[in-house]
Amino acid sequence: MRWKRLRAIARKEIIQVVRDWRSLVIIALMPIVMTLLYGYGVTLDIKHIPMYVFDREGSQRSQALLKGFQASEYFRIVKVVHDYPDVVRGINSGRCKFALIIPHDFSKRLAEGATVGVQALIDASDDNTANIIIGYSDGVVSRFSEQVQIEWLERQGITNIDPPLSVDARTWFNEDLESRAFILPGVIALVMAVIGTFLTALTIAREWERGTMEQLVSTPVTPLELVLGKLIPYFGIGMAATAMCAGLSTLWFEVPLRGHLTTLFGASALFLSVVLALGFWISVLARSQLVASQVAMVATFMPAFLLSGFIFPLDQMPAQIRFVSYFVPARYYDTILKGVFLKGVGVGELQFNFLALAGFAFLIASVAVLSFRKRID
Amino acid sequence: MNASMPAQPAVSSAPSVSVDRLVKRFGKFVAVDEVSFETAPGEIFGFLGPNGSGKSTTIRMLCGLLRPSSGRATVAGIDVAAEPEAVRRHIGYMSQKFSLYQDLTVRENLRFFGGMYGVPARELAARIKWAVTMAGLDGRESTPACDLAGGWKQRLALGCAVLHRPPIVFLDEPTSGVDPMSRRHFWNIIHQMSDDGTTVFVTTHYMEEAEYCNRLALVARGRIVALGRPSELKHRFASGALLRVECAPLSEAAEAARSAPGVIESAIFGGGLHLTAVKDLSIEGLAQYLAALGIRVLAIERIGPTLEDVFVSLTRDRPNTAAQGH
Repeated sequence: MRWKRLRAIARKEIIQVVRDWRSLVIIALMPIVMTLLYGYGVTLDIKHIPMYVFDREGSQRSQALLKGFQASEYFRIVKVVHDYPDVVRGINSGRCKFALIIPHDFSKRLAEGATVGVQALIDASDDNTANIIIGYSDGVVSRFSEQVQIEWLERQGITNIDPPLSVDARTWFNEDLESRAFILPGVIALVMAVIGTFLTALTIAREWERGTMEQLVSTPVTPLELVLGKLIPYFGIGMAATAMCAGLSTLWFEVPLRGHLTTLFGASALFLSVVLALGFWISVLARSQLVASQVAMVATFMPAFLLSGFIFPLDQMPAQIRFVSYFVPARYYDTILKGVFLKGVGVGELQFNFLALAGFAFLIASVAVLSFRKRID
Repeated sequence: MNASMPAQPAVSSAPSVSVDRLVKRFGKFVAVDEVSFETAPGEIFGFLGPNGSGKSTTIRMLCGLLRPSSGRATVAGIDVAAEPEAVRRHIGYMSQKFSLYQDLTVRENLRFFGGMYGVPARELAARIKWAVTMAGLDGRESTPACDLAGGWKQRLALGCAVLHRPPIVFLDEPTSGVDPMSRRHFWNIIHQMSDDGTTVFVTTHYMEEAEYCNRLALVARGRIVALGRPSELKHRFASGALLRVECAPLSEAAEAARSAPGVIESAIFGGGLHLTAVKDLSIEGLAQYLAALGIRVLAIERIGPTLEDVFVSLTRDRPNTAAQGH
């Protein structure tokens, strides 16, 4: 390996990147756009579920139950209707996800001490939301019926009633239960996968397409010099993108960064090496920019999105899929990111993930260098 | 091998390029078919032939970019198949497309290739200056390569390829698509390099450029059909024959005629065949040969026994498809 050639290649790549300012703008905007998009747009928190109410009784008691729903931040009563077809229309049209129907003999039967059924209609086309609605509405109704029981007991002369059990929940790592805090660290992995693989996949395929590769391979340059020289500028860009994402997440969206910056950037450097090497390898095999960009998309963005635990929890996946996810480098990086941002853990706790990333980086880089032939057939 | 061995090179020493029955196949297609020749140091050796005749493939094998299917080639005494990397340290290569970085300036391109070829830092500035002057680009060092006109672009590409003063330079159609003035200028540079002892291996499909070479190989369909000094070739083909053959079926006839003794090249022209042949070709012999292969021959006539015709027919782009334009 010759330092002079390495420097010549790196210098040339930097000039080309800088001169291609349109791409540079896209590169600079992407971390910002992605962070804003996921920060504002994607939320897994379910709040203010639009609900319809059909109160067939209209008594003080029924209003008391509805107050329970009104007071909850999870529900928002958008309409009070007066017949059943209106309820059906509301659910069909999507104007409400949830409708509560209180029977006409609600307070009478409560007074009799009977069990009263209130009907809840739930739009379960999104099963996850439906489950959450069932849980939340059950909670509101339970609290109401607890209240009814206590009132009844008090009338019997039993006072000072405490429920026998209560959960004393303390949430760790993401105290405010903001899905943003869970998602945004993973966005870094997504941005890096795209920048890293996509750009490098294009830069080498471009040399093939424009015919400059033929000139390049006729020089005494070695594959290793070519790989390192070409990847240096993109490494810098990738690290800058990491800093941009991390800065925006912490300063603007107030995602906590509890771990060390060195852990963050160390892991980012490793992951970046993985995706850059992968991009180079794809570029060597594909030789055309179109094919390379498509392969890069399928090989990095998709797994980084779906199989990294970025949004979709890996523990919930079938064993086979989970097995596949072990071959997705983004999985380890995502774990590190969530660890370093939310839990504030360091290399010690995350060593398996660091080792896995280092292993991938070494393996893919070796394959990429070895598969590059200085031939044009 | 249907090429005669070259005449004695001007300078007697070890050949700078030595090629022995070199073959390159792509699947069933034989791009280079048992080509043999040698070049002497300081010689300008030309490869003249139409597109698709195997010129570029040969050059790429000599630069270690393609692996020969069989045969042997050495450049500066180094086997190209066994040690392509070692070969690359002794050569400069200018590929068919001007492989400059269009988004880099003149100086940036030169500097890049200087770095790639390992030109020592203390020499680099002087070499860049030399290349800029040679290319006539003084004062335009900061112009992006994409803004240069063809002739300048081509000389810049040459400058990039020879910045490190290689003893052997391979130029693949360096003058294609360049105006006549620039071509002349370019050949002057090639002659200077040759005077300095550089071997220049150059391909072209321009017949008039044949004159500029010390020695010349005429290639068609992957084979060397003639090899020698331009004056020798002229003598040999000065009264060569160009024949028109009326026959059917045409495509089979074109194939059959190609294998006939004395026929150099055959191409479909309009409703018949044009054959390039040696001067003393027997028309009766040819008719019998074709008939024996099942071709119905209606007429054979000599149409233009000049060197020009020989070269034109040899250097025509893809003879079979060129017919459509006529």
